[in-house]
Amino acid sequence: MAQSFPEDVLEHVFSFLNYDKDRNAVSLVCKSWYEIERLCRRRIFIGNCYAVSSEIVIRRFPDVRAVELKGKPHFADFNLVPEGWGGYVYPWIVSLARAYPWLEEIKLKRMVVTDESLELISKSFKNYKVLVLLSCEGFTTDGLASIAANCRNLRELDLGESEVEDLSGHWLSHFPDNCTSLVSLNISCLGSEVSFCALERLVARCPNLKTLRLNRAVPLEKLPNLLCRAPQLVELGTGAYSAEIQSDIFSNLAEAFLGCKQLKGLSGFWDVVPAYLPAMYSVCSRITSLNLSYATAQNPDLVHFVSQCSNLQRLWVLDYIEDTGLEALAASCKDLHELRVFPSDPFDAEANVSLTEQGLVAVSEGCPKLQSVLYFCRQMSNAALVAIARNRPNMIRFRLCIIEPRAPDYLTLEPLDTGFGAIVENCKELRRLSMSGLLTDRVFEYIGTHAKKLEMLSIAFAGDSDSGLHHVLSGCESLRKLEIRDCPFGDKALLANATKLETMRSLWMSSCSVSFGACKLLGQKMPRLNVEVINERGLPDSRPESCPVEKLYVYRTIAGPRVDMPGFVWTMDEHVSSRLSRVTERRGD
Amino acid sequence: MAMISEEHSKEKLGFEETELRLGLPGGGGIVNGDFGKNTNANGKRGYPETVNLKLNLSLKETEKGENLQKEKNLISCSNNAVKPPTKAQVVGWPPVRSFRKNVMAVQKSNSEEGVGGTATFVKVSMDGAPYLRKVDLNMYKSYQDLYGALGKMFNSFTMGKCDSQGMMDFMNESKLKDLLNGSDFVPTYEDKDGDWMLVGDVPWEMFVGSCKRLRIMKGTEAIGLAPRAMEKCKNRS
Repeated sequence: MAQSFPEDVLEHVFSFLNYDKDRNAVSLVCKSWYEIERLCRRRIFIGNCYAVSSEIVIRRFPDVRAVELKGKPHFADFNLVPEGWGGYVYPWIVSLARAYPWLEEIKLKRMVVTDESLELISKSFKNYKVLVLLSCEGFTTDGLASIAANCRNLRELDLGESEVEDLSGHWLSHFPDNCTSLVSLNISCLGSEVSFCALERLVARCPNLKTLRLNRAVPLEKLPNLLCRAPQLVELGTGAYSAEIQSDIFSNLAEAFLGCKQLKGLSGFWDVVPAYLPAMYSVCSRITSLNLSYATAQNPDLVHFVSQCSNLQRLWVLDYIEDTGLEALAASCKDLHELRVFPSDPFDAEANVSLTEQGLVAVSEGCPKLQSVLYFCRQMSNAALVAIARNRPNMIRFRLCIIEPRAPDYLTLEPLDTGFGAIVENCKELRRLSMSGLLTDRVFEYIGTHAKKLEMLSIAFAGDSDSGLHHVLSGCESLRKLEIRDCPFGDKALLANATKLETMRSLWMSSCSVSFGACKLLGQKMPRLNVEVINERGLPDSRPESCPVEKLYVYRTIAGPRVDMPGFVWTMDEHVSSRLSRVTERRGD
Repeated sequence: MAMISEEHSKEKLGFEETELRLGLPGGGGIVNGDFGKNTNANGKRGYPETVNLKLNLSLKETEKGENLQKEKNLISCSNNAVKPPTKAQVVGWPPVRSFRKNVMAVQKSNSEEGVGGTATFVKVSMDGAPYLRKVDLNMYKSYQDLYGALGKMFNSFTMGKCDSQGMMDFMNESKLKDLLNGSDFVPTYEDKDGDWMLVGDVPWEMFVGSCKRLRIMKGTEAIGLAPRAMEKCKNRS
């Protein structure tokens, strides 16, 4: 049957397949389909840059136009991965530059990117279009200058929330006068002031500019200048949203917003002065995505603004919204898909705002499309969680962070097992779950039994014993990423479920009870896993086998152990014993 | 320089902050975070133990008894749970991303008077250590808090003589030189002006506002900073 279609017909059919999953399935049908598919795959997604080598990728897929790479484990976002751990993109760029002269897109997340890498990107690809750097680090504004200067057809430059060494704002002026191709520019993470003139001219000459996210240094008074030159904007991130209260600034702003008929997304609002929020009222009814999570505005200004956005689908906001604000949200934004409530004062034990579980319950009741939640609060009850679960069986992502570790149900003082159990039992499509509060092994039993579509699970300060971990690893069929910190999980569950780990992208365990010996055994038993131990205090001198490791990162790979590990990371494999003894010898003990 | 002393006199932080006292190292309160209040009759307090793999430099106790906490020791492989650290000490919890923490810290300090908008996360390096770390200065309430955390991150680092607030006595040149010759490592920092200073020369809040990065230097190398530290100190008083 397969032979009756000529290659170009199959290739044409495959060109409609955009999801990796589909292309992977297609390539398993037979050898000729594998061959045809690999020659025409243009987009590659690598969820763990150490799971595969660039050589292997290039050998299989000779004509790639877009590459997406992720580096450090997710917990690196919270400072749990020491500096120097890895995730260097440079070797990848070198290989990609050699193999794919027509590469157009590179998207990186949690990787270390140097100016050298950026310069190499800017000079190696003839038709380079898209650079997205999310939560990356290691580069300076000099690297950005190379990109601006050399990428003639640049369409997208998104710096995400990367850590950029900001030498000066001058880099933006390196965009040549004949660069008119920009569609998306996000410089919101930068501190330095860019030349406003250069920015204004750039915006004016790019008629296809749809997304513009400014940095804090762009003053509010100048925003109208940009909006007038880009009335076609779909997404705007304001700079500092503060100025002295002057009626001409206000009226200029209001008039400029009036002209932006396509605006759907708003963000920024640094240092917001609430008096200026009404200048945006003309666009509110069209807004579907609103990121106020850096806006320190409080009620009633805050809730009044949000309630104007009746078509809101995504809201990111600080807990200044409070329960009352969330109740208003539930009443006015019936299209809400995603809610994220961030803490304004996460390190204070005392609540500084009146935001409790009630707010989340109200939104779960009032917003029938709510499927994605990230919620920081200081109290929770099983009753509330059960209500949320019953209200929203369509929940896909549920991340709850109760600020105090191991906090029980504040009404009954019991663990929150029942509540989270209800979530996994009712929300059958749940793909991502983060838990907090007081939790025993029982909740893991519920998860293993019910969470069959769960792909990513984050656990902290929870559980009583290895059976908790065992329930998860043996029951969650779709599990891809598991990250655990400060839980009493140890060797037994890990070793008993060794083969499971090959079906997952990665496992992170820090401050648990996994011993060096178990890690060694796991590494020796499973050659297609990299079992990496992170021990900043060096190796134990006495009785090493039974000593707990500080942090463990296990991931499947076809690239073998990595070669760029710093001194405090060890790969546990069949060679580890000899390597470890050499290390202790060198130390002269 | 005159302006700095003006600023200082305006800052009513309470005289205890700026008073330079003689006193043996404190710090036993690492885990319960109870610094300023906890002195007994002669002002001496216990010393936190930091265990060092290579040099076995632990056990600089001056006082036994109250508040002497043993650090959880990987090497001894004890399975006893360590006393849970105060919230300020739990790394990465609550799970708020560094970018967000920095932005909120800057916005907070911009809305308060006094301290300027410096990022809270600073890089920490130690001479001879193969890795850098980052610390969020807002997590700590005093120099002792910070030294304790640094001691946990870098094995060879134990803080030398300083007073109960963690501030150093810079006015006495010979004492300073003794300190620097006697310590293996001394913490230094780069301030807003780009100068490298000895840690402990200003009240804690001021330090948080002006510190851009930390470097734990060999005591003998830090001698070069001593005259400058004293200069700045003299000009402030």
